[in-house]
Amino acid sequence: MIQIDQIQSTAADLMAKAAIEIPQDYLDGLKAAASTEDGDLSSFVLQAMLDNYEAAKEDRRAMCGDTGVPRWFVKLGNEARVEGGMVALEAALRRATAEATTAVPLRPNRVHPLWRTDHNNNVGIGAPEIEYGFEPEGDWVDLITVHKGGLFGTDYRMLFPSDGMQGIKRFYLDSLVAFGKRGLACQPAIIGIGLGGSKDICMTLGKRASTLRVVGSRNSDPRIAEMEEEFKELGNSIGMGAMGFVGKNMVIDCNIEVGYCHTGGMPMSVHAFCLSSRRAVARLWPDGRVEHRTDPDWFTPYQRRESVDWETSVEEFV
Amino acid sequence: MTLREVRLSTTPTPEAIAELRLGDIVYLDGLMYTAREGVYMRALEDKANIPMELPAESAANFHCSPAATIRQDGSFDMGAVTATASFRFAKWLPEWMAKTGAKLIIGKGGMSSKDYRDYFVPNGAIYLSTVGYGTGALLGRGVENVEAVHWNEELGLAQAMWVIRCNRMGPFIVASDLEGTCLFERENAKIAENLEHLYEGTKPAVLKRYGETDDRSDEVI
Repeated sequence: MIQIDQIQSTAADLMAKAAIEIPQDYLDGLKAAASTEDGDLSSFVLQAMLDNYEAAKEDRRAMCGDTGVPRWFVKLGNEARVEGGMVALEAALRRATAEATTAVPLRPNRVHPLWRTDHNNNVGIGAPEIEYGFEPEGDWVDLITVHKGGLFGTDYRMLFPSDGMQGIKRFYLDSLVAFGKRGLACQPAIIGIGLGGSKDICMTLGKRASTLRVVGSRNSDPRIAEMEEEFKELGNSIGMGAMGFVGKNMVIDCNIEVGYCHTGGMPMSVHAFCLSSRRAVARLWPDGRVEHRTDPDWFTPYQRRESVDWETSVEEFV
Repeated sequence: MTLREVRLSTTPTPEAIAELRLGDIVYLDGLMYTAREGVYMRALEDKANIPMELPAESAANFHCSPAATIRQDGSFDMGAVTATASFRFAKWLPEWMAKTGAKLIIGKGGMSSKDYRDYFVPNGAIYLSTVGYGTGALLGRGVENVEAVHWNEELGLAQAMWVIRCNRMGPFIVASDLEGTCLFERENAKIAENLEHLYEGTKPAVLKRYGETDDRSDEVI
């Protein structure tokens, strides 16, 4: 049984870590980008961002004033049990979100869409979002928090099989160019592309591709992995860098996730996880161990399964 | 090219503003206030009295909601500070500048060159962009003191008018000048030269959308 107090205190730690500490994989990616950048303004911006990460860690203050909209992904091994059940877990995550908003502090970003009511704690109707995944084995719970910022850099379009790769590339470039101007997308970013699913799942796939996969990871389908490399190159050949200034670095990495869709369509979404790619992860075990990491490791073979029964799939993988 | 670094007062003289060039890196000293849609609506539409002497105390309007909280004893904890996208405030800015004498509009992404020509230049004002975005921790270090938070009860922490004493707060980038030139549009024009070549081998979507353009010199703002 995983203790509920430990879930809440770990969740509070994750809230602060996500806001303050840039994940190492993104940092390495940005340093590599900075070493190739030769635009005078965009180079200055990247160096300022590297200084900013240091300042945030030293001062234990949030790296960006827009601390994003906190959200939770919870993954459970099939044998995991939580004290008080899942309703208690959701209450613990909401409490940790509210308390961290004051303790870090975070910006109280969450308001009612019409009445603009702000509880000053990032909690409200549907906020923070809590999404779930499961794995066939294990008695652990993974808590993943992502605080994606910004109102720009994300778009959806219903494409069709006849649009083909040419249409996919067009929509990808359109999204990067439109939101890259003036740096609205806060690039260079981890670009996530969702292909397929129904409309809502298409958005979910793209968002998870940008926020739940690390820089340098590749899709397990080798042809999609090739597309990821090609699209990263393509985004970086626009000639646009940080803040929309002339430069070489728009995309720190491009991650693509797919889901089966309606036979007539090919829906596509594009998401940008920004210069403050806030994510933090911890695994909690029933014996009280807590292991922190920054790789959500969300897209396991089980999450990408294609077959009816999982057991069959395991044999296929072997 | 080396970028020029400038220290600037938040109540700058016309001469100091005139000396700034596009792309200069600026660090600010003095009082600055945050104002975005909540403050604009309350001051301009609801005609509430602005609780500061403007521009005598400050001519620097920051489009910002800080990551900050008010402690139980009434003191302030201000962590990170970054800007929000400014183009959304064009509706209120001409009247705001006329009323408050703001000379420095500080935010994210700048305005259009038309905005600059229409009401920045006649008011002797320029636009400073935050960097990144965003260097929240660096800007937070430039906050010497939080002097006051106005209209918190009416607008909430994120929309309230925060009054900040800056000590070498920065970096910011000069994104407009007294001729109304726009730094971002200058960069866009350079990048646009490459776009036709880049788009080779792509094709427009089969299903079009209302209001769609294929002119990539257009911006979304």
